[in-house]
Amino acid sequence: MSDNPEKKTVKETAEPTTASSTGTSAASSAENSAESSAENVVLRVENLCVDFRTENGAARAVSNANLTVERGQTVAIVGESGSGKTTLAMAVLGLLASNGSVAEGHIWFKDEDLGKVSPQRMAQLRGTELGLVPQDPMTNLDPIMQIGRQIDAGLIDNGLRTRRDARTRTVELLDEVGLPDARARAAQYPHEFSGGMRQRALIAMGLSGRPALLVADEPTSALDVTVQRGILDQLSGLTQELGTAVLLITHDLGLAAERADTVVVMYRGDIVEQGPARQVLTAPQHEYTKRLMAAAPSLASRRIEIARERGLDEVLDDALLAHGEETTAEADVLVSVKDVSKVFSIRGKGLFSRSTGFTAVDGVSLDIPRGSTVAVVGESGSGKSTLARMILDIEKPTTGSITFDGGVVGAGNHRDQIAYRRRVQPVFQDPYSSLDPLYSVFRAIEEPLRAHDYGDAAARRARVEELADQVALSKGQLQRFPAELSGGQRQRVAIARALALSPELVVCDEAVSALDVVVQAQILQLLAGLQENLGLTYLFITHDLAVVRQIADRVLVMQEGRVVEEGTVDSVFDSPATAYTRALLDAIPGKDLELAL
Amino acid sequence: MLRLIVQRLLLLIPLLLGLSILLFGWVRALPGGPVQAMLGERYTPEAAAEIEAEMGLDQPLPVQYGKYLLRLLQGDFGTSLQSGRPVLEEFITRFPATIELTVVALVFAIGIGIPLGYVAARRSGSIIDHSAVVVSLIGVTVPVFFLAFILKYIFAVELGWFPTTGRQSATMIATHPTNFYVLDGLLTAEWDAAWDALMHLILPGIALGTIPLAIVARMTRAAVSEVQNADYVRTARAKGIKPARLRSEHILKNAMLPVVTTIGLQVGLLLSGAVLTETVFAFSGIGSFLANSVFRADYPVMQGFILLIAVVYALVNLIVDVSYGLIDPRLRRQQ
Repeated sequence: MSDNPEKKTVKETAEPTTASSTGTSAASSAENSAESSAENVVLRVENLCVDFRTENGAARAVSNANLTVERGQTVAIVGESGSGKTTLAMAVLGLLASNGSVAEGHIWFKDEDLGKVSPQRMAQLRGTELGLVPQDPMTNLDPIMQIGRQIDAGLIDNGLRTRRDARTRTVELLDEVGLPDARARAAQYPHEFSGGMRQRALIAMGLSGRPALLVADEPTSALDVTVQRGILDQLSGLTQELGTAVLLITHDLGLAAERADTVVVMYRGDIVEQGPARQVLTAPQHEYTKRLMAAAPSLASRRIEIARERGLDEVLDDALLAHGEETTAEADVLVSVKDVSKVFSIRGKGLFSRSTGFTAVDGVSLDIPRGSTVAVVGESGSGKSTLARMILDIEKPTTGSITFDGGVVGAGNHRDQIAYRRRVQPVFQDPYSSLDPLYSVFRAIEEPLRAHDYGDAAARRARVEELADQVALSKGQLQRFPAELSGGQRQRVAIARALALSPELVVCDEAVSALDVVVQAQILQLLAGLQENLGLTYLFITHDLAVVRQIADRVLVMQEGRVVEEGTVDSVFDSPATAYTRALLDAIPGKDLELAL
Repeated sequence: MLRLIVQRLLLLIPLLLGLSILLFGWVRALPGGPVQAMLGERYTPEAAAEIEAEMGLDQPLPVQYGKYLLRLLQGDFGTSLQSGRPVLEEFITRFPATIELTVVALVFAIGIGIPLGYVAARRSGSIIDHSAVVVSLIGVTVPVFFLAFILKYIFAVELGWFPTTGRQSATMIATHPTNFYVLDGLLTAEWDAAWDALMHLILPGIALGTIPLAIVARMTRAAVSEVQNADYVRTARAKGIKPARLRSEHILKNAMLPVVTTIGLQVGLLLSGAVLTETVFAFSGIGSFLANSVFRADYPVMQGFILLIAVVYALVNLIVDVSYGLIDPRLRRQQ
């Protein structure tokens, strides 16, 4: 399969695909702008500046922001964390943290300036005219109050329903957002809901007062792609039906392109670019938007990536073309997993009831060739993390065997196990919680060296500095503590720590999932560079298919503990064999946008 | 829920067995052993041998322990050397006094501690906040016996507002069907007796409640500070919840989870007997009696009371654990 024609087809088919799949939103956008008039404007932000009081004086989080949201329109604010996008939204709702305030400018909601109205009036508007769908479904519901009661309370306090008939309405609302068996569900507590169900409940809550303006702050960023799609469909369906104006806050460009009429790009408190979604994302004007676009995890295959970086000639190189082809049988296999299952026992409910088995991983086999990257993808609960933990020898397989470089994992004595730890290292998802907050960066990286008796203090220092250099951390940063670092820097520390003992296999469990796109791209580049220089083998565990396409050679798709599809990245992505893989691929927001590049 | 209770009660068995072995061994490891302690200055080898035979102390240790355990199971905790009355009876007559004192101390600690901590957190950085911190710091650092003396000196001796010692004035004639003096007064409609008993509880209650007050106030402050900034509180504001409901249903109720844990631990401690406070106020609860029995080498009382206090402590903690489930639905399922 040659690259040139393929690229061409992509380019040619891109436009029609784009138009057809988002036809509705494009059409409604055109419609809106046609009949755009003053009375249709729900929200107009004028020269808005938001300041936060800090110990070092006022810090400006949003400066001179201007934007307009019309009835029935969705406006997306895109930017990385710290860009001021959430601050702007919270200023609109009057929910800034206590040290934040509107310093200048106006927030016109219909004919009231929300920056000037009394707190009482603001409280009146919230829940009736203004709604919020918050970011994290895990922390935004009161854990000790029934879901239904949390929605009832809003209806009652806003005078929309009486105490007696609030519940009937609540059930209607929950039903409307696609929560099955809403009446019974309303009497349950948040911990009895899955993440997706909680998010549905939060959407019901945000729309309960039939607001004119709904602020949706990263409404699905904490969810799996398939769940994300369903919920976004529900949200846009409802807001379209009700004519609600939506201010959508997101860091996900694909999502913005797919769901919004207008895109507003924010960078360090400034709005750097805004315009119709398609125009901003396909022909970005501002440097930052271009950077954001370049960093967005691409669905285009790695070859296209390389073509973009180095020009077409390189791509035609046979070696690169061979990359991603089926590996031959005689390839040097570093890790071999044979028919491995893991059964966890769950305690029964009654006093003396028996425990039952839960099969997390069910007869999985895979080979990881030395120097390659194998990705395991799947939704949460698919067993991918359990598989990784077994390869890391943290969990023991119930049946089956795992061999590493010819030796059976977990079979040897204590000394063998320690030796194994040296050869296989993990990088975990959350750089915030996987580093000891009381250890300096230096100490965090040095720790494995100490634990495995690596040289003397001077040798260790030299090694830590070498590692810091490899992951592009400065010497000054070595004396800092995790709390003083950004998410990307922390993940660099975690990678340096993993590399300290020169492992052969690095297991990355959702290693870049918590990061912004720009930082994500930097970390992926770093990992790719390290692989090239150090000959590392990677096992990537992720739910993010776009990341897989960027970095992996082979991919395994897991569902409910089983491998449902396996192959080279190109073959799986270009011609998915199972419906499940197709659903996963379809669920990625902004797929058509990527093709348009 | 039932499963939890049964599990915890079953766990109590090995706990008490272990404790009984410790107590049994402890008495036998004492210098001279219990016989010498019992005889004191009247000790002669002949008298000792006689008592040893009488008490079965000449038998092998496992046999002795077996017999001791058998007696315990029959509710026989031995006889007090001081009073000659059964240990269990001594405990049962004094325990109501300790419970009364605990209740007053808790009412004081919770009644002031929670509002103080709540206001301190809501007005973080204000004068109320700073004074709450100072008050709770004093509360934990001032020794209880010192505070008890000061309170007694100022409010009982100098001002004469409260009685100085005991559970009831000597001149008060009252009947005691339950040994809870305040309750007795109410049950028998002897209002003046109830009032008199209550007044006797105030000063020791305050002295005893100071440390729990400080701990509860600090815990409440920390918990409310955290909860009021929680995402779900902001979400509740976003859906237009009335401030009163926000405070009572979202903030206070969630903040109470760690506070209840703290209070539970304090109840256990308070019920175990307040030796110092009871001694200063000559209050006849289990604490002062236990302290006296230590001074007089009354080993059966020490053994028996420690065992009984352990049972009480374990049961109180069980009740506290069960009550978490009432506040926190997440624990109901685990339980």
